[in-house]
Amino acid sequence: MMQTEGHGLFAKEEMNAKFGRKKLLISIKNLHKSFGDNHVLRGFNLELYDEENLVIVGKSGSGKSVLLKCIVGLAFPDKGTLRVLSKDVLNLPKAEMDLLRAEVGFLFQGSALYDSMTVRENLEFPLRRHKDRMVNESIDQLVLEALENVGLAEAIDLMPEELSGGMKRRVALARTIILRPKIILYDEPSSGLDPITAREISQLILNIQKIYKTASLIISHDIDFARSIANRFVILKEGIDYATGIYKDLVTSNDPNVKAFFNYET
Amino acid sequence: MNGVKLFLQEAGETYRFGIKFFRELFKPPFEFREFLRQCYILGNKSIFLVAITGFIMGVVLTLQTRPTMVEFGAEAYMPSMIGIAIVREIGPMITALICAGKIGSSIGAELGSMKVTEQIDAMEVSGTNPFKYLVVTRILAITLVLPLLVVIADSVSLFGSYLMENLKGQVSFTLFFTKVFEVLEFSDIIPSFVKSFFFGFAIGLIGCYKGYTSKKGTAGVGRAANSAVVIASLLLFIIDFIAVMISDIFYEL
Ligand SMILES: Nc1ncnc2c1ncn2[C@@H]1O[C@H](COP(=O)(O)OP(=O)(O)O)[C@@H](O)[C@H]1O
Ligand SMILES: [Mg+2]
Repeated sequence: MMQTEGHGLFAKEEMNAKFGRKKLLISIKNLHKSFGDNHVLRGFNLELYDEENLVIVGKSGSGKSVLLKCIVGLAFPDKGTLRVLSKDVLNLPKAEMDLLRAEVGFLFQGSALYDSMTVRENLEFPLRRHKDRMVNESIDQLVLEALENVGLAEAIDLMPEELSGGMKRRVALARTIILRPKIILYDEPSSGLDPITAREISQLILNIQKIYKTASLIISHDIDFARSIANRFVILKEGIDYATGIYKDLVTSNDPNVKAFFNYET
Repeated sequence: MNGVKLFLQEAGETYRFGIKFFRELFKPPFEFREFLRQCYILGNKSIFLVAITGFIMGVVLTLQTRPTMVEFGAEAYMPSMIGIAIVREIGPMITALICAGKIGSSIGAELGSMKVTEQIDAMEVSGTNPFKYLVVTRILAITLVLPLLVVIADSVSLFGSYLMENLKGQVSFTLFFTKVFEVLEFSDIIPSFVKSFFFGFAIGLIGCYKGYTSKKGTAGVGRAANSAVVIASLLLFIIDFIAVMISDIFYEL
């Protein structure tokens, strides 16, 4: 019931008005995923358009990370359809999946830098793996450029353990953008950081968006940040897309469950 | 009852993990550079420890058995006896146990923390097969490096024994090693060499399995490292038992 309301009331018209002529990058329909008796996703729907920033909100443990992992084939849904850049992710051969993954960046929740590699090697890793034929010179150049874009060029030869939490997140962001993906998935980009650093990272993501012009799917608890970046919101609740819409509509919603996420101002 | 079920389940999972290793091993592309890097790291990590324990074992074994042998008037058999004991049993077993403690636990902890901090996921989305890159290279490296470490342990151990024999019985270097190699046959060396490959494989397999399937949270990583050592050590004794039984059958023939 709520699901249809979510779509019916605000989403479709707003979307058509704003993104009607844009390309559909990600299309998720009726996605189901369980771990044993734990039914995490129970018919989730989502559409992400070109140049759009879509923010997913939901309680901790509601399945937000699982959803992102399904998109890049790190988790396998039980049911539903999932198309990314017009590819059917659930039936994609391994080689094609790797090609697709080069176009979909993933910023992991805890940065996920490789402990045993320097910052430079961390950034080189996706480049060497995805684009074998690239000559060394251009790799060096791309690494430096990505680091400069996150303001950390001087950390190039440090190990991850020598970096602060905020610096790690910046390096992780650099590693994500280095392949210039068409879509970036952010899993709680400001989690585990103090409020000031979290704000810096949020600002950085906004800047990166301006430079690279990718579409983004962002999981975030930081409503201020979410507001500043989001074109649209999706509320993930009880395994479904409980409500979808722009900030203005969601914040004035009468549904108590929607209010719970947006009523901090009132 | 529950314990038995859990054990069988775990054994089955480990077996499947091992099968996957062999399937991925022969499928290109090969992560050759990473394999060489692991050989270097794993060998470098344990060579000093293996050498020093080997040396001490050689010294201690000689000091402990010498008085009895002297009493029986069998002093002349010392080098042969020590040689056989070290090459057949003590060298491979001590090396493997040291490596289970040192390498098994570090592989378990390393892969475990990579798992829980999503580094393995990050690798997978970077166009890399993490099983090939992390697991296959490590298991193969330790399987091939362990026999070399055993050779080193054997040599250092025999040298330690020689020092004691020289000190207590004025046995010369040439005499000692002539006596050692007089009794050592291929039927002593080959089985213990072959056995060492299995030891290495067991340590790598258990360490990788425990780390790669580690549960969320820092406690999961600790458990992965700990159980890697315990299970690998136990497995070493079982493999040794089976190996000795099999080579015994061949001696009878
Ligand atoms: N690999 C897994 N195995 C079993 N359960 C999992 C796994 N990954 C996630 N879960 C479960 O799925 C639910 C959603 O997890 P997650 O997507 O991480 O939540 P969040 O919305 O906080 O990101 C949780 O209950 C979690 O325990
Ligand atoms: Mg999460």
